[in-house]
Amino acid sequence: MDKNQANNRPEKEDHHESRRDFLKTSSILTAIAVAPVAVAKAAEHNLGEKISAAFETTPVNMTVNGVKKQLNVEPRSTLLDTLREQLDLTGTKKGCDYGQCGACTVHVNGQRVLSCLSLTVMHEGQEVTTIEGLAKGEELHPMQQAFIKHDGFQCGYCTPGQIMSAVACINEGHANNEADIKEFMSGNICRCGAYPNIVKAIQEVKNGGQKS
Amino acid sequence: MNEAFFDKKDYKPLDRVDGRLKVTGAAKYSAEYVLPNMSYAVLVGSTIAKGTIESIDSKAAERAPGVLAVISHLNAIKLPSYQSKGEHPSEPSTKGQPLRVFFDNKIYSNDQPIVAVVATSFEKARHAATLVKVQYNKEQHQTDLEANAEKAVLPASGKKNPKSPTADYDRGQIDAFANAPVKFEAEYVLPTEVHNPMELQSITAHWEADDKLTVYDKVQGTKMTQKNFAKEWNLPEENVKCIATFVGGAFGNGLHNWPHETAAIIAAKQVKRPVKLVLTREQMFTMVGYRPRTWQKIQMGATKDGKLVAINHQSIGQTSTYEEFTESTLQQTRMMYASPNVSTRYRILPLNLATPIWMRGPGEATGAFGLESAMDEVAHSIDMDPVDFRLLNYTESDPDKNMPWSTKYLRECYDEGKKRIGWENRKMQPGSVRDGEWLVGYGMGTGTFGANRNSATVHAELDKEGNLVMHCAITDIGPGTGTAMVQIASNTTGIPTEKIAFHLGNSEFPNAGLQGGSSTVNSVGPAVLAACNALKEQLITMAAAKGNAAFASAKPDDVMFDKAEIQLGGKSAKLTLGDLLKQNNIEKIETTNESKPDENRNKYSMNAFSMHFAKVHVHPFTGQVRVKKIVCCADAGTIVSPKTAASQMIGGATGGIGMALTEDAVMDHRFGRYVTKDLADYHVPVHADVPEIDVYFVNKPDLLADPVGSKGLGEIAIIGVAPAIANAVFNATGKRIRELPITPDKLI
Repeated sequence: MDKNQANNRPEKEDHHESRRDFLKTSSILTAIAVAPVAVAKAAEHNLGEKISAAFETTPVNMTVNGVKKQLNVEPRSTLLDTLREQLDLTGTKKGCDYGQCGACTVHVNGQRVLSCLSLTVMHEGQEVTTIEGLAKGEELHPMQQAFIKHDGFQCGYCTPGQIMSAVACINEGHANNEADIKEFMSGNICRCGAYPNIVKAIQEVKNGGQKS
Repeated sequence: MNEAFFDKKDYKPLDRVDGRLKVTGAAKYSAEYVLPNMSYAVLVGSTIAKGTIESIDSKAAERAPGVLAVISHLNAIKLPSYQSKGEHPSEPSTKGQPLRVFFDNKIYSNDQPIVAVVATSFEKARHAATLVKVQYNKEQHQTDLEANAEKAVLPASGKKNPKSPTADYDRGQIDAFANAPVKFEAEYVLPTEVHNPMELQSITAHWEADDKLTVYDKVQGTKMTQKNFAKEWNLPEENVKCIATFVGGAFGNGLHNWPHETAAIIAAKQVKRPVKLVLTREQMFTMVGYRPRTWQKIQMGATKDGKLVAINHQSIGQTSTYEEFTESTLQQTRMMYASPNVSTRYRILPLNLATPIWMRGPGEATGAFGLESAMDEVAHSIDMDPVDFRLLNYTESDPDKNMPWSTKYLRECYDEGKKRIGWENRKMQPGSVRDGEWLVGYGMGTGTFGANRNSATVHAELDKEGNLVMHCAITDIGPGTGTAMVQIASNTTGIPTEKIAFHLGNSEFPNAGLQGGSSTVNSVGPAVLAACNALKEQLITMAAAKGNAAFASAKPDDVMFDKAEIQLGGKSAKLTLGDLLKQNNIEKIETTNESKPDENRNKYSMNAFSMHFAKVHVHPFTGQVRVKKIVCCADAGTIVSPKTAASQMIGGATGGIGMALTEDAVMDHRFGRYVTKDLADYHVPVHADVPEIDVYFVNKPDLLADPVGSKGLGEIAIIGVAPAIANAVFNATGKRIRELPITPDKLI
């Protein structure tokens, strides 16, 4: 992500409050950290799972694809793993877990974000959109239609990330010409090599007047 | 034969039939199934390349929250097949004994899986895996191909079968090279490359009963996987089910069942819960195969006017110490050009590495880098256009097998490719064309691959509304198998594509081989044709029996459906499917048909051919290479599904760009471990690297190869691309790079 995007990010009113909540939760975690023996013992005695789970997780409120979610996640859980393993939103893909491939791209408050490099607890109060939330019911998003029309994929695994990135790419104003599109889509790897078709799909949607 | 299929040349290219599932995130890959009580396994790999495990301290890991089991050779249940001496646990696609995971304390390669940590969540398993402490007795390892080249051996396949592509081969006179008027000799190196499909290798293993196993597995063969695990666990085949409905790319690494799969199945057995195991990107470099580093030496002799006199081609590829991996690196050298004298020597070198596996284009792509580079070098040395040089040595029949080609339309590829790339702008003198500050170069490379065909079976049923539903165990790793099969069925029957479904990727469906070796359309396509024709025959018989005289003498090719209406050729007779089935008191008709390779394979040499042209820019000061355009021309027989076929060619060319310019699994021989072990360091092409790729298909059927007329596409899409780019770089700069990838440091 480039700096401009970060600067464009709208500051939400509750931003600081969320941070305070996070700090409060963090201090509970600190308390656990200084008493690890108790937790380990609980785990050994198989009371284990539930008690330690309650200590190990922290509540997070997020809106995912327009639906408010109250989640309890471990602080170390990435947004990617939370989406895939807790919410069964497996359209968001794990391709590397290091932010190198783009398969896990989702939108957070309208900006593209690599969900594998992002901890779930960082998204308190935020709006997450995944590939499952892009279509309006049965009606596909124009980018989804354009990917089908131009055959912008083969195996389909990088596709959700490509599409989420592509939509954001246009919104960012980075789809004005082919060279721009290629540059600003280069964080999304497609090993099947559908790149030229993906670029055509993006150009078509851009020229068709996608605004948001 | 099958006229209806080809008559309909003007059909609208079909969008991918599974496109909607893929663009909405609804397509389920192997780590995406929800099962009750799911647990998660993370593998710990060895940190030495050779030796034995002295001890494993797993106490901390076992105590970590949520951990269900820490499994290693110390406590793993022993598979029934592990006990039989000398027998390998599964039927390998390579010769030898596949690694028996958790069998004993021996280490054969760095990052060999030695411990599985199973926990209630992925995070817990990943953390606990970091707590496992392993002590080793380290032994001196060997991972360096060049340093150990003299230990290379003739593989068992070459020893056993003198006709094998791996056997020593001599045609004509052995000393022909020494006496040739023009002599050229050079060595070429292709580094280790890694498939790196975007989906990490994943398996969800589920014991539905003590003796009933279901795996959701990322493989290229559901039947292969079913057979292997049945054998491994000593179960009847019907007790093992493999589901691979969607496969997120594979490029060959799903042609072998790997240790992580067995590890997950063992773990599921021990914790009595379903186990999901997803490899890390690093583990994709060490646990699921790779294209082996290969050294080649070519001697090429010619007359001064460009007639090839002799080609001697030798190669050494690496393999593991426990499996003999071989590929057809030198096959095309024997048959591509009309040289009267040809010798090939193929060797493999066992090293302390994991086993390689075929990667797109496999050995042919490796060999083509040597052969097609050498052709370019010789053409340059005698001041001849490299296309003319190839045409002068064009083969009208297979000089290796001494058989006629079933079909060969490579001349059309040369002609069309030259036009499309703008070959007339190429100058013989390297470095003489510029575009601004960039040096401009043009190059080309030829590719070929066997038009392979296996037996395949398809079940088809047709209901009274005219819906056609087919099933086959074949997988689709991305080329668009379902789309091609729906297209074949639609063209054969006239049923609109939206009323046809092709279900695949499940071992419970009728038999099909692997999705590999460019064989899918050639193998499964004919079974679809056979099933469609069998359905038509049933309808003709039923119609004739009910007094429709016009149908009595009809043949399947005469019958076409339009919506739910059955028509004879010329529309001389019509009846509706619904009425006919109703008259016979049935809801639907069904059939199961097998299609097999026929005796034509003993009479003809069957190959697909490709021709790739590349235009590159090279920056004279930085050595940066930018591929500006690639033209791909393919003689692949019938093109069943034009849209997905073109995508496959574009994808192959893209893989070729990576091969030529960026891909290199760099080994630190001190540790026997890769340095470039993720996608930040191992560079596959990205959007910005890929230019316009122009695809041309000859699109002439090869009905000797199979009834669909298809010769296969997946491999020829990449074979010849890397040398085309390397030759273009030479044309731009005058610098000949014989060790891939062509990184800027090699050009400045």
